[in-house]
Amino acid sequence: MSPTETEDEIATIAKRWKNKRGSLIMALHGLQDRYGYVPREAAMSLGEQMDVPLARIYEVLTFYNYFRLESPGNQVVSVCMGTACYLKGAPQLLDRASESLGIKPGETTPDGEFHLQVVRCVGCCGLAPVVTVNAKLLAKVTGESLEAHLLKPGTAEDVKA
Amino acid sequence: MPRLTIADLAARHREQTAASSQPTIRVGMSTCGMAAGAEPVFEALASEVKSRGLDWRVARTGCAGMCSMEPLVEVAPVGRPAVMYGDVTPEFTQTLVAACADGGPLPTERRVPGIAELARIAGEPVATDGGPLQYRIVMRNCGVIDPEEIEEYLDRDGYQALAKVLSTMTPEQVIEELKVSGLRGRGGAGFPAWLKWHLTRESKGEEHLIVCNGDEGDPGAYMDRSVLEGDPHAVLEGIIIGGYVIGAKNGFFYIRAEYPLAIQRIEKAIRQARAAGLLGNNILGTDFSFNVEVRLGAGAFVCGEETALIASVEGRRGTPSPRPPYPSVKGLWGQPTMINNVESLANMANIMLRGGAWFAGIGMGKSTGTKVFAVTGKVKHAGLVEIPMGMTLRDVVEGICGGSATGSPIKAVQTGGPSGGLIPARELDTPITYEHLQKLGSYMGSGGMIVMDETDDLVELSRFYLGFCVDESCGKCAPCRIGGTQMLRLLDKIAAGKGTEEDIATIKRIARAMQKASLCGLGQGAPSPILSALRYFEPEFRGRLVSDSNSGCHP
Repeated sequence: MSPTETEDEIATIAKRWKNKRGSLIMALHGLQDRYGYVPREAAMSLGEQMDVPLARIYEVLTFYNYFRLESPGNQVVSVCMGTACYLKGAPQLLDRASESLGIKPGETTPDGEFHLQVVRCVGCCGLAPVVTVNAKLLAKVTGESLEAHLLKPGTAEDVKA
Repeated sequence: MPRLTIADLAARHREQTAASSQPTIRVGMSTCGMAAGAEPVFEALASEVKSRGLDWRVARTGCAGMCSMEPLVEVAPVGRPAVMYGDVTPEFTQTLVAACADGGPLPTERRVPGIAELARIAGEPVATDGGPLQYRIVMRNCGVIDPEEIEEYLDRDGYQALAKVLSTMTPEQVIEELKVSGLRGRGGAGFPAWLKWHLTRESKGEEHLIVCNGDEGDPGAYMDRSVLEGDPHAVLEGIIIGGYVIGAKNGFFYIRAEYPLAIQRIEKAIRQARAAGLLGNNILGTDFSFNVEVRLGAGAFVCGEETALIASVEGRRGTPSPRPPYPSVKGLWGQPTMINNVESLANMANIMLRGGAWFAGIGMGKSTGTKVFAVTGKVKHAGLVEIPMGMTLRDVVEGICGGSATGSPIKAVQTGGPSGGLIPARELDTPITYEHLQKLGSYMGSGGMIVMDETDDLVELSRFYLGFCVDESCGKCAPCRIGGTQMLRLLDKIAAGKGTEEDIATIKRIARAMQKASLCGLGQGAPSPILSALRYFEPEFRGRLVSDSNSGCHP
């Protein structure tokens, strides 16, 4: 990806939202959807194009849990910690994931492959406990099934779909 | 689709008695269904039907409510009753389609109760004699229609209420009908819906705005997600009616970013409605014009609170502001703004079509109509249920959801999420109304209902809920920011076996201060789970204290 292409993409996002009221959060979603996080350079460029001070952008970015400021790696493993998942063993699943990936929640593996995090609730409580890997949702997860999924070769490909 | 007029909808209404003539297989394709593997099932069914050259239609539908049995497939032959199958695998689809092809009896394995066996649907009488316990108004189309096809919604009286309202009712008459219905806000607090509509309409401003609150924050609840995914047009019809009543030209859907499918479906519904002349300028050929946009949340529980939600829709940090002024007077960009929850709006079309008196005839006392609950935790059949208000907790937990799934008896039921409370098993015969739940120290909440068995540790659960509120506190007001943290420390101490009598007393004292002095519902509600746990299960907390109280004191 060349720097000009990146600039074009940011310009498209900025143009789409610039004159709509209250659209800063939507523009930031646009950046995160594109990059998987909100890179500082992209935030600066967006701010210039939308006439929003960088301080205001970071004020918003740091308030909301959903926005990431660092690249999360190829596979974002999110262990749901909603009440139903909590009661059905999500804390133990988190420990297990943490152990098999060798990282703590909030961290990324050194090879940039996995990022482990906790999410509040993905609204799939009827299938608790639930883990998402990128956009793929795993239902009624056990320690074994999670480990098998994470260690399965080629998972990076099938979860990107 | 060409732009519709009032006359088009009236003509449609007359034609609707013609039954569907094409046999159909429906696959539940909501988030739950897809997580359980509905996509490969759908593909297998579609290719199997195609390769056999059958005239069966394979269609998508929303969540029928039986989430723990997904993927769900309903086989509906013409002239014979439909049959529902649960835990369907791609392999099983061959058996199913083979049976469809030769027109004989449908397979008996993997059969689960169908929607008709679980629930009566709006328009039918409420069961009083051993019929199905559920009654579906809000969910009447969920699991029945393809949510991505506006035609299917139109075939189920879709937008008939809007046509009726625009052609025969003044805004005041709509408000009057709503008053007769007794509908109260389904987000949790239960404020009379008509009064909110009336107050916003009466407020002066440069423009009036309406927001649909789809920031379903209670971890453990997903009613709104399912309705947005399963019947987006019903919510859209509700917000358009609301826009007409308060005199708004613009409205917003505020939806959690964690619900990508709900967002996608509501965006599609908006595009379809616009093309059909149900949104935009001169709706249905009248002089009423109205538009909606979607705004996404970004993972902040506090944004379910009205004033914080307003800040977030405006693109700012979601911190609440003191009320008054209420949003109905001064909301988005300082203008009169009406904020309604997804479920409240999804009730509107039915109330306007069938009448406020019809709605008021369902339920108990001042809690009219139905309520959707997401019943999860240690029950056999976790999922969504919609029940007439006034049904007992026992009927829901044991009657509909099959009771404990673990063999260990049910210990308590939690309603209202992080701002709600525990209800012990001995109170399960309590009817579900706003008043009854409040009397027990819990509250209706948005519809989360979590069932706990005897193995669940309520000290830990209290820490879980309080920890959630501490994390989600926006930090603006001291009672919530400091009170929550201090209370959590004391609770950690008790959980670690180092607590004293005095710590329990301090927790109660801090809790009262937070309830009285916090700026918004998050801080005011945060102590509820622990207070209710102490009210009913204090011995469990005491059992964790250091045996000799003095030894817990610091020198």
